[in-house]
Amino acid sequence: MTIRSGLLALLASGPSHGYQLKTSFEAATGGMWKLNVGQVYTTLDRLGRDGCVVVDVHDDQKRYAITAAGREELESWWQALPGDEAPPRDELVMKVLLAITAAPQAALAVVTGQRTALTEVLQRRRRALRAEARGGADLVARLAADAAVVRTEGDLRWLDLCEARLLQLHRTTEPNPRPVQNQEAHR
Amino acid sequence: MTTPALQVVDVVKRYGSGPTEVRALTDVSLTVAPGELVAVMGPSGCGKSTLLHLAGGLEPPSAGHVLVQGIDLDGLPPAEMARLRRNHVGYVFQRLNLVPSLTALENVMLPLELDGVRRKEARAEAEAALAGAGLAGPWDRFPDDFSGGQQQRIAIARATVGERSLLLADEPTGSLDTINAELVVELLTELCVRRGTAVVLVTHEPRFASFADRVVFLRDGRVVDQTRATDRAADDEAVAVRR
Repeated sequence: MTIRSGLLALLASGPSHGYQLKTSFEAATGGMWKLNVGQVYTTLDRLGRDGCVVVDVHDDQKRYAITAAGREELESWWQALPGDEAPPRDELVMKVLLAITAAPQAALAVVTGQRTALTEVLQRRRRALRAEARGGADLVARLAADAAVVRTEGDLRWLDLCEARLLQLHRTTEPNPRPVQNQEAHR
Repeated sequence: MTTPALQVVDVVKRYGSGPTEVRALTDVSLTVAPGELVAVMGPSGCGKSTLLHLAGGLEPPSAGHVLVQGIDLDGLPPAEMARLRRNHVGYVFQRLNLVPSLTALENVMLPLELDGVRRKEARAEAEAALAGAGLAGPWDRFPDDFSGGQQQRIAIARATVGERSLLLADEPTGSLDTINAELVVELLTELCVRRGTAVVLVTHEPRFASFADRVVFLRDGRVVDQTRATDRAADDEAVAVRR
């Protein structure tokens, strides 16, 4: 997504000043995307150049309004379908894949360690989410926090799959596999 | 020092013998404090459910010790064992095992009545447990009249009625949709905070494990790792500062 699409989406509900757009953008994206005001004005200038917004002066401040061309571009963006692109070069994925190739004996330990660390991240996110819910956070903030939780869950599911496939491989190649580490689960 | 609600010490569980021997658990140790929620995760067949069975005294370990409220289950006479289980340990399973011909209230009263508690008292305690489990009345309906999420709440009320200190939950969210499953795990968390119940939650879902104070990972019957115990107060404070 681009800042351009975001600003058009916000302007569709009515004209707005540049700084107001910055704060609305950040609130609408659940605090996950911080903008500096310079980015907002640069984007608004480009939208003006392309005929997607018009500007007038209101209370001594520039006020921006969406045009028919802007609405058309926005509509195309709402309708655009997600592409089937290759996953990003994620640090976690690369680390585990490299471990399997470069250090197969340690791969299970890498998966175990990464999963524990990521589970701790998920626990922290969960607590933050519950605190937000207790504090009566609005729907956008809650869904933004949900998105972070769900992504971490996705990574954890992938690590579970890595573990299962590695164990399957060990079982077919070794008569008596042993876990790579063992520790007491004391508090 | 507070007596742990559950101590599993160097436990081994074997099934069969000789060439057909299967080791379900090897040298597993786990301590759960009162009010602590510990999630146990691991792939199918890693020994999660076996660990719960041992923790609840449903079967004995082949070696090692299991202590509930500081009482070693090893060598406990059957009557004592039954009493300890009734007074201290509650179970929640994926399959709810509610008695279909008894109402929600009667289901929750059942363990108390079996324990000889007077009907009037049992009724009051069961009503308190159902209210505590967040189930709105009327409770004189049969299990089939409730939704899956509500039935799980009845099962949790039955498992915790009578102030039991240890709750063992084996995939309690298995048959529920995400929202209802979250509500059930929320309820387990509340029981820990509000009543100091210790909960061991077996799950294969990171989503639900993340509610726990600590997550323990099993693989091939061994504990391979665990998360650090989280500090509820510190996390709440961090969120408050961020606001």
